[in-house]
Amino acid sequence: MSRRTSAKANRGRMNAGLLAGGALVALVVLTALVSFFWTPHDPTLVDAAGKLREPGGGYLLGADKFGRDTFSQLMVGARTTLYVGVVAVGIAAALGVPLGMAAGMTPRGWLSELIMRVNDLVFAFPALLLAVMLGAVYGAGTLTAMIAIGVATVPAFARVARAATLQVMVTDYILAARAAGRRRGAIALRHVLPNIGSMLIVQASVSFAIAILAEAALSFLGFGTRPPTPSWGRMLQESQELLFSTPRLALWPGIAIALAVLGFNLLGDGLRDFLDPKLRRIRAER
Amino acid sequence: MILYLLKRLAVLLASTAVAAVAVFAFMAVLPGDPAEIALGVNATPDAVAELRKQFGTDRPAVAQFLDWAGGLLQGDFGTSYVTSSPIGPQIGDRLGVTLVLVLGGMVVALVLAVPLGTFAAVRHRDPLGAAISAASQLGIAIPAFLAGILLVFVFAVQAQALPSGGYVPIAESPGEWLRSLLLPWLSLGLVQGAVLTRYVRSAVLDVMREDYLRTARAKGRGSTGALWRHGLRNASIPVVTVLGLQLATLLIGAVVVERVFVIPGLGDLLLNGVAGRDLLLVQGVVMVLVAAVLLINFVVDVTYHLLDPRLR
Repeated sequence: MSRRTSAKANRGRMNAGLLAGGALVALVVLTALVSFFWTPHDPTLVDAAGKLREPGGGYLLGADKFGRDTFSQLMVGARTTLYVGVVAVGIAAALGVPLGMAAGMTPRGWLSELIMRVNDLVFAFPALLLAVMLGAVYGAGTLTAMIAIGVATVPAFARVARAATLQVMVTDYILAARAAGRRRGAIALRHVLPNIGSMLIVQASVSFAIAILAEAALSFLGFGTRPPTPSWGRMLQESQELLFSTPRLALWPGIAIALAVLGFNLLGDGLRDFLDPKLRRIRAER
Repeated sequence: MILYLLKRLAVLLASTAVAAVAVFAFMAVLPGDPAEIALGVNATPDAVAELRKQFGTDRPAVAQFLDWAGGLLQGDFGTSYVTSSPIGPQIGDRLGVTLVLVLGGMVVALVLAVPLGTFAAVRHRDPLGAAISAASQLGIAIPAFLAGILLVFVFAVQAQALPSGGYVPIAESPGEWLRSLLLPWLSLGLVQGAVLTRYVRSAVLDVMREDYLRTARAKGRGSTGALWRHGLRNASIPVVTVLGLQLATLLIGAVVVERVFVIPGLGDLLLNGVAGRDLLLVQGVVMVLVAAVLLINFVVDVTYHLLDPRLR
């Protein structure tokens, strides 16, 4: 294959990644939206007679040990996953982006040093530890899980925002804006933020995938979403004791988690390639 | 270099000290008095006051903190309010189990990622190289505890070749110890291996584009020889960074995997502590985990400097 055709094929594959990621994310979002209006059954309805019902007869994927419809639970679980992801990533971006930008705009100041040191410290408290600590104080639940995941993700956003801001700050248009006497706040909002936006979108997508994994792990441990609200992680936890008799109960939430994470990862990678032409060229040459 | 090392060491010590304050302050806001919890609802106020004095929780927070932190420096984590047993030895025992779990997972990840990632980079135009990339992308999407459940299903339920959970100490039976850890190691290692494969591939690809490698090839070294001799050290720089970050991820991942396989490690101790409201124990375990993450970051930074002469 010539270098040129290979480059073309590579670009095609990159787009395929973006499309596949977008499609998977769209599927999760659509499922969550539909679950607001319709699920085949009430996902929280306990039905002793339908305990461990096999798939079929209106129960597409069967029922769990309480007779709850697996498919309906998966649908509402998508909603829980997205809810946690949106709030957690929102917290992380709302705190991390201004801090990272402030550090990037004053690279040699004490403020920058302080922000990055605190950042490193927060980095030492992974989401799981924060959630366990918060859970011990305020009781475990979706809210504490979201806050824990959000706070633990702040350093990632701050680092990306700082690195991107540092790059933008040396450009001519920032120099021009400063020479024109614009204030720092105005420069940050009108010139820096729009130019680091693409990096932040990529980071948001990648962080979303990590938030989904964290929520699943926390729910699995009993530090996430409380019953009866369906959550993929708790579905997995409940299925573990039945792994020998009814393995399908673990299969479906497992597939759902993997597909959602895969979707956001592919979307993040695809967006990175799509939004950064330089990177796109390098990748294409490979 | 020495100046850098000293500076970085100072940052490590300061961060650990601040982390200790943060952990203590966080646990101090916990509702519920350890003495009241220990004595139950029918305790007399006098008895509660007496126990509070015994626990030392009647003193000001600063004095309690200094006492706790001073103890930590000597390896003394205090005495559990719930079980009345010293916490240090418990953490020590469990830490050993968790470390074995984490290091085993890391070895599995490295053994998988270095050859696969290098192969995927060298043969990046082949379908096989692309297949490895795709498989690693899928591997990243599977959390360690899910990998654990799947492995239990395949190797314990279907093949009945390995135990589905439980832990046998090495002193009891080395063979059974190994069997009890194989699936947990794989659960942690497969997922981290997938992440690492992508970084190794990317790092080797970057190195392959470098001029010095082209020169080495032009001087008559085969491409494998050139990569082996000149490329891998350079490719190892970004990989070491990721490896360090992953070690921290593995440590936390181990907490969940211990739950899946019922392994008596630090994670198990932590979660049992939370369930039993054994606050001082939780405080101690959290501190050990946070200090471990800080230490790992320190080692990564220093290694990074040693490997890359441009940074010196």
